[in-house]
Amino acid sequence: MKIIHCPVNGPRPMQEFAYGGAFREMPDPATASDTEWGDYVFNRDGAPGVKREWWYHLASGVWFVAERDTLRDRFLRTYLYNEGEQPHD
Amino acid sequence: MPLGLLRFALNKKHPEPRMFREPDALKSSYDVVIIGAGGHGLACAYYLARDHGITNVAVLEQGYIGGGNTGRNTTIIRSNYLTPEGVRFYDESVRLFKDLSEDFDLNLFYSERGHFTFAHTDSALNTMRWRAEVNKHMGVDSEVVDRETIHEACPELDLDCGGHLPIMGALYHAPGAVARHDAVAWGYGRGADKRGVEIHQKTRVNDIRVEGGKVVGVETDKGFIHTGKVVSAVAGFTPRITEMVGLRTPITIQPLQACVTEPLKPWLDTILVSATLHVYVSQSSRGELVMGSALDPYELHSTRSTLDFTESLSGHLLDMFPFLSEIKVNRQWAGMADMTPDFAPVMGLTPIDGLYLDAGWGTWGFKATPVCGKTMSYTVANDRPHELIEPFSLSRFENYQLVGEKGAASVGH
Ligand SMILES: Cc1cc2nc3c(=O)[nH]c(=O)nc-3n(C[C@H](O)[C@H](O)[C@H](O)COP(=O)(O)OP(=O)(O)OC[C@H]3O[C@@H](n4cnc5c(N)ncnc54)[C@H](O)[C@@H]3O)c2cc1C
Repeated sequence: MKIIHCPVNGPRPMQEFAYGGAFREMPDPATASDTEWGDYVFNRDGAPGVKREWWYHLASGVWFVAERDTLRDRFLRTYLYNEGEQPHD
Repeated sequence: MPLGLLRFALNKKHPEPRMFREPDALKSSYDVVIIGAGGHGLACAYYLARDHGITNVAVLEQGYIGGGNTGRNTTIIRSNYLTPEGVRFYDESVRLFKDLSEDFDLNLFYSERGHFTFAHTDSALNTMRWRAEVNKHMGVDSEVVDRETIHEACPELDLDCGGHLPIMGALYHAPGAVARHDAVAWGYGRGADKRGVEIHQKTRVNDIRVEGGKVVGVETDKGFIHTGKVVSAVAGFTPRITEMVGLRTPITIQPLQACVTEPLKPWLDTILVSATLHVYVSQSSRGELVMGSALDPYELHSTRSTLDFTESLSGHLLDMFPFLSEIKVNRQWAGMADMTPDFAPVMGLTPIDGLYLDAGWGTWGFKATPVCGKTMSYTVANDRPHELIEPFSLSRFENYQLVGEKGAASVGH
């Protein structure tokens, strides 16, 4: 079974989590052109690599950020959004 | 053993002619280079040669013919989609499939089984009525049926699914079929090869060279090839190809898994799908139950298998067929599904002159193999999208013109 390190609850089984998609910066909707907005809404960096992603711990309602290698399926770091990057062992 | 085979034991020559030649070296240039020798790439090559007289074509495959999603899918063929664009397109594919065995002189074991999609809720039943109406309007055999009809078609099924998710009705599509997926790739490959197309296996495209917004060639692990036209038909590898040329797309990759049981005596004639239980199942001509479920829950570029998948699929299958509890799973595997936000493909021209995409085939592209070959070859030969694929252009995401096919996906995603 796959174990994910929740920054609040520690190591928990995969089944307790939901994937929230890539971590992305939203352009300012007031100034973005239709093309820029469409790019933000639909397009993704689909190639494999180390990605920043949103993950959610269902049992405790915690959203957090994970850095994950999408080729090897390895979680490299997980941290709360407002805590910035904190390596875990 | 037939006696005729004996003479081959005494002879060093290969008994049967191979289905394809193995060209030893790449030429320095081709009119068209197709990346990916799955069903789609080979079908495109076949129709380029047969219908458009373009035979100076190389199909480049990093692995072996049909080793991608073509050889990993559960082979369901149907056209009961939700949008008129989708229904028109897939129905043309079903039509082409029916003549294909004869066209190839190769038995594809194309087998019409009838296809039931179960509704366990009112809202699912509503979507099915909608689908049935769209389908009928487009001349596709499709109707909503009641529990009795399902029971008659499959008396072994527990219509109450153990009591917690009773089946209320189903969308029934009589032309729903299965076929031998490998043979589809081989048939197209052999037909293309016979007409002069070169298929290079174990040849990988590492880069696409673009000059002044125009394709000029591809860099492979066996050297550079000059060409003005490149077709990318690489399914789960599409984002790696589009990244080479800096093209942004909405395609992301998620694994889709499948498995087969040990062979059983034939008992299941039809194809059964339950989006709510995340199960689809049919019985192969060898007797195995071929089964699949929902997509893996997150992005991943891997074909690893998981126990989570077999556990949850088996649990739900037993809700439908408790008597299968002693049956063993023989094999499981996965493919990389190239998913799009609207569950419709991405096909045709791109902003780069000479680069054509046949992608976004996710969990539903095997059935489209023939029509993709037809329409992509037309598009490449004329440098103009075939009318059937116009709604599927990459530019729809820039123009906010999505196709909305999610309601016809076979299993909940
Ligand atoms: C488990 C599973 C079940 C499915 N069930 C169904 C179903 O029931 N019905 C249905 O209609 N569809 C189904 N699908 C979807 C269907 O399998 C695919 O959409 C379809 O097979 C795609 O075919 P293709 O020829 O485009 O791609 P593929 O068969 O994947 O071929 C692409 C080829 O490109 C090669 N390639 C990639 N990158 C490079 C490179 N850089 N250089 C050279 N070669 C490269 C790959 O090695 C591969 O062989 C299923 C998919 C999966 C995974």
